[in-house]
Amino acid sequence: MTFVPRLPDAQRASGWDRPADLEKDPAVVPEPGSVEVPTPLRSEIEEAMARYPDRRSATIPALHAAQDLHGWCSPQAIEQVACVMQVTPAYLDSVATFYDMLEQHPVGRHSVYVCTNISCSLRGADALLATVQQATDGEEEFNVRAFECLGACDIAPMASVDGVYVGPLQLSDVPQLLDDARAGRPVLPEKQLATRPVADPHANSREFPPHAVQEGKP
Amino acid sequence: MSELLLFKDIDEPRLNTLSVYEARGGYAAARKALAMTPADVLAELESSGLRGRGGAGFQMGKKVSFLPQGSMEKYLVCNADESEPGTFKDRELMQKSPHMLIEGIVIASYAAGATRSFIYIRGEYVHQADILDAALAEAREAGYVGERVLGSEHSLSLVVHRGAGAYICGEETGLLDSLEGKRGNPRLKPPFPANQGLYQGPTLINNVETLSTVPAIITIGGERYAKLGVETSTGTKLVSVSGHVQRPGNYEIELGIPSRELIYDLAGGPLPGHEIKCWFPGGSSAPVLTPDDLDVPYDFDSLAKAGSMLGSGAVIVVDDSTPIVELAMKVAKFYRHESCGKCTPCREGTNWTVKMLERIDSGEATPMDLDIMASVQDHIIGNCLCVLGDAMAMPIGSMIAKFRDEFEEHIEAARARNGAAVAPAADEPLVHGAH
Repeated sequence: MTFVPRLPDAQRASGWDRPADLEKDPAVVPEPGSVEVPTPLRSEIEEAMARYPDRRSATIPALHAAQDLHGWCSPQAIEQVACVMQVTPAYLDSVATFYDMLEQHPVGRHSVYVCTNISCSLRGADALLATVQQATDGEEEFNVRAFECLGACDIAPMASVDGVYVGPLQLSDVPQLLDDARAGRPVLPEKQLATRPVADPHANSREFPPHAVQEGKP
Repeated sequence: MSELLLFKDIDEPRLNTLSVYEARGGYAAARKALAMTPADVLAELESSGLRGRGGAGFQMGKKVSFLPQGSMEKYLVCNADESEPGTFKDRELMQKSPHMLIEGIVIASYAAGATRSFIYIRGEYVHQADILDAALAEAREAGYVGERVLGSEHSLSLVVHRGAGAYICGEETGLLDSLEGKRGNPRLKPPFPANQGLYQGPTLINNVETLSTVPAIITIGGERYAKLGVETSTGTKLVSVSGHVQRPGNYEIELGIPSRELIYDLAGGPLPGHEIKCWFPGGSSAPVLTPDDLDVPYDFDSLAKAGSMLGSGAVIVVDDSTPIVELAMKVAKFYRHESCGKCTPCREGTNWTVKMLERIDSGEATPMDLDIMASVQDHIIGNCLCVLGDAMAMPIGSMIAKFRDEFEEHIEAARARNGAAVAPAADEPLVHGAH
């Protein structure tokens, strides 16, 4: 299977400038049972398909599940999903290349998405991203990338570390943040979004104890 | 603030669990609604005047009434793909009070006659989606969701669907395509989703905040709700304030308060030693306003009259430390990245706008380029299937119009830095010897 790299800094229509290999037949829907699929993945995808009136609605959940297992949407992962869902690998590729969270290349186990959209960049996100990139340089364990608005402008500049939102981050927080992620500890517990009360002074938030901290990714 | 509807008890520990939510009077509105006829529930929603909180500001009751009657399968989709830069209100609601949303979906689906519902939540909101899943399991267990809800004739299935990171999936038809398992490309309208939406069936699509407001409307009554706020913008609204302010965060306000009160009194105003340069009143898609507009009431129609929009209710404040070209570049690059590529004006327009801004920054542009850039924006607006392109064209156009002097200064400074000749004055012919 060909694998389509994402264009570095342009739109989503990856692969538009590459010629099709006309010698090759397009991949067909794999015969059921012709591909070995790990049982937990198979049952997760089947459960997802059962939730919707049309099994194709399970495409994104299925790709998420396969990515969790394989680390990225590898040709093998795509083939396994295609076999269980009974769709063509090309269809799955077309979907996987559209979405930012579905990876087209092998990536590190720990994801660090640094929001570099307007509100975060007004508060210093570009320097934050550069610092995180520098601190993880050469470490294959980390998948550090700039991300569009993550919906947490109240804690700008912020990052999503394995799905846990932390902020507002100082550049000096970066070593601790990465250490916590490496060790599988809760990431920067005192800066987690999950623990913050709402900002509105009219809400009676202050009367209540703080919310619980989120666990780290082992 | 006289009355909090959405943020009442919001930080109560474990409000995300059914027992605490019920102890706070939760699901009483659902019981009340299910004892009424669907037509009466719809009448309450219509009399409340509630306008959609996702961005377009369309009257919710009217939207529900557009769904055809009859026995065909109807769908309700909650748009929780909150990705408009600056917006983070739905996140707070889903994280802290997920049952309020589920209750709103139960009531709205009853009014609309929908039997299948979905919450499309953006994939980045992992924590919030986990919380919703747990809350949904509890609600199912307690009989609020499922066959014959609370012993009534109404049945409802609900699925939490996680997206995978695409701004365009917040556009309602892009969301539907994504939910059907495709690339999230917007569809041609009409047919509108009310007639032909998810799986080609009639579909009601509402934002998280809109649906979360529904229980409060049923509790206090549509007419009383309509007394809050101002005549054409009723009720309370969550506003996300961010950027260069001292206390960024979510605030529940009664619509129609002066914008100044929101930015200065609630969010603490600009950082010490700085002045506000411009502000987006409704997310990055809204045309920017200047400090002169700070006394405009914060409601749908007043902001539209001032030349901008309330949008998703996200105020981004930008102070005098940020060059306008840098701001425009951030906005344009975002939309270039998020354009799905289906319609040419948006795909090419966002790309060329970024390129022209880069020319300005690198000293290769002349003031004439500003006119070309403005005309690119004019040619995007209204020419695509969805408003993603417009969402870049409107703020960029407003920045060029309102900060033209600064753009020109930036061009001159960059040219001087570049060692290039100063741009010819406007009255000098561009081509010499032509006459």
